Formats: sequence, C-alpha cells, structure tokens
Amino acid sequence: MGQVSVATPLEIERPDSAEETFAVPEPDVPWVTLVHNDPVNLMSYVTYVFQAYFGYPKDKAHKLMLDVHQKGRAVVSSGSREEMERDVQAMHGYGLWATLTQDRN
Amino acid sequence: MAGHFEATPGGGAAVALDEVEISILRSLAVQLLELIGPGDQPADGEDPLAALFAEGPSKPPTDPALARLFPDAYGGPGGPEGSTGAVKPGEEEELRERSAEFRRFTEMDLRSGKRDDALAVVRTLDALSPVADGGAVLTLTGDECLSWLRSLNDLRLTIGTRLEVSDEDQGEEGSLYRLPDTDPRKPMVMAYLWLGALQESLVETLMP
Repeated sequence: MGQVSVATPLEIERPDSAEETFAVPEPDVPWVTLVHNDPVNLMSYVTYVFQAYFGYPKDKAHKLMLDVHQKGRAVVSSGSREEMERDVQAMHGYGLWATLTQDRN
Repeated sequence: MAGHFEATPGGGAAVALDEVEISILRSLAVQLLELIGPGDQPADGEDPLAALFAEGPSKPPTDPALARLFPDAYGGPGGPEGSTGAVKPGEEEELRERSAEFRRFTEMDLRSGKRDDALAVVRTLDALSPVADGGAVLTLTGDECLSWLRSLNDLRLTIGTRLEVSDEDQGEEGSLYRLPDTDPRKPMVMAYLWLGALQESLVETLMP
C-alpha cells in the first residue's frame, strides 16, 4: 500500500480591507425579458409559445398572455443578461415582440 | 376538416386545401422568402468560411414589416420610453448600441430560421398530390407543424404591418374588417383573416 498523499493547503492571502473598497461590484440586479402587446399575434399562439418555450404550465402561460394583452406587456422570464438575450432571440424567432431590460423596479 | 387543421396520430396535423388555397399559401410563402432575403451562402469566388464569421446588420430594417419581424432587443415599443423605469440622459444611446450589438449577432440566425420555416411551407405544398379538382389533403409531421405555425405567424405579422392592423380593428366594430368590396385592401384583409383562422386551428392541435 502506498502512502496517501495529502495536499498541503495553501495559505490564502487575504486582501487588505483597504484594497477591497476599490473594487466596486456590479450591482446584482437581474435582467428580465418583456413581451409586448401587438395587435396581430393570436392569444392562443402567445399562450402556446409561453408553454412550449418556457415550459410554463397552461394556467401561468395563459395569465402571462392576458397580462401582455391587457397591460401592454409582461415579464416572462428573469436571469442574467446573457440568458435574457437568449430568451429574447427565441421570442423573436416565434414572432413575439420581446425586449430585455434590467429590473430596476 | 376543410379549412382547419386537425390533429393526426403521432403528433402531426392535417388540413384539406382547395386549389386556390394551395396557390395563395405558396405565393405568400414565396413572397415572405423574398422579403426575408437570400441566405448567407457565399457568392461565387468568395471564401465559404467567411460567411461563418460574417456579422449581421447593426441597424433595424427600414421596411416596417421586416422591422416587426426583427425588432430591437433593447428599449421596447416606441423607443426607450417604452422600457421600464425612467430613461436617464445617455441611456437612449446605450440602448441603441446594445440593440445594434444584439442585432449583429442574432439577426442572421433569425433570418435563417424564418427562411427555413417558409421553405418548409413551400416544400410541403409542392409535395402535395392534388386530386381531380385540384384540392389535396396536406399532412404535416410534428416538426413541419412547428415550421408552419411560425411561418403563418410571420405571414400574418407581415400582412398585418402592411395593412396597419391596430387594436381598434379588433371586434365587431373593426373598420378594417368592414371594408366595402371595392376597397383595394379587401383581398389582403380576407387573406389575413383566413391565415388567422388556419393558424388558430393549428395551435389548437399542438396545445400541450
């Protein structure tokens, strides 16, 4: 039996607290995908897209569609900017009118 | 089954179309292909690899129908005012830049997707074997259904933009839907409504 080698833990250098104040972190504000109302898209089609692409249950998809229709827009997903750009591109692929924005509200 | 899609076993759908309907659908799909534009295949003598790294446009299309098919990703309807929250000075420019960047990296893919969908419509129509009266039953696989669904929507967006369809046109009082027969827009409105009914019936077959 060979000896089990144990990795020596490295000493972690802690930055001075004075240095830390220089790093201004990006505020961790999530991004959201908005779908906007338009007079052409069918209500059933919009509901279908929310179910098919996001995998939302029918009730949730239907409610989001009604929000789009009645309030003019709805937040359909949230996450990182990259993820939201992906969702917006997918919505455009389906012909839905979507944008992304940082959720400051 | 005439006039609307019905689900078929195995996740597809079928619809009976007459000769005129087949011809209108094919013609509209071809017009949509022309609107979206040719693919990014390299021209003769060009490096085929160059196409892979080519960037898309950074400005929105000037054609209103194309601008609706490929909208800005940042800012929302009516420009930055449509976005959530107050627009700070300089933010408008930032939104424009981000939209331009998004467009450069996505619009060619989006165009190619819409082109593939419209091509699938043309291909499935061309594969029909019409009976004596020129009509035929169009039977679609599950994948073809999705292409048809998206392409019917693209067609309605395009025609709807041309007709300047608005929310005021909805319902019984809708002015656009009560045009006199002499109005030159009438045939386009009829096509628009028919495509809507066709799409509606196709969505119903696909609803999970």
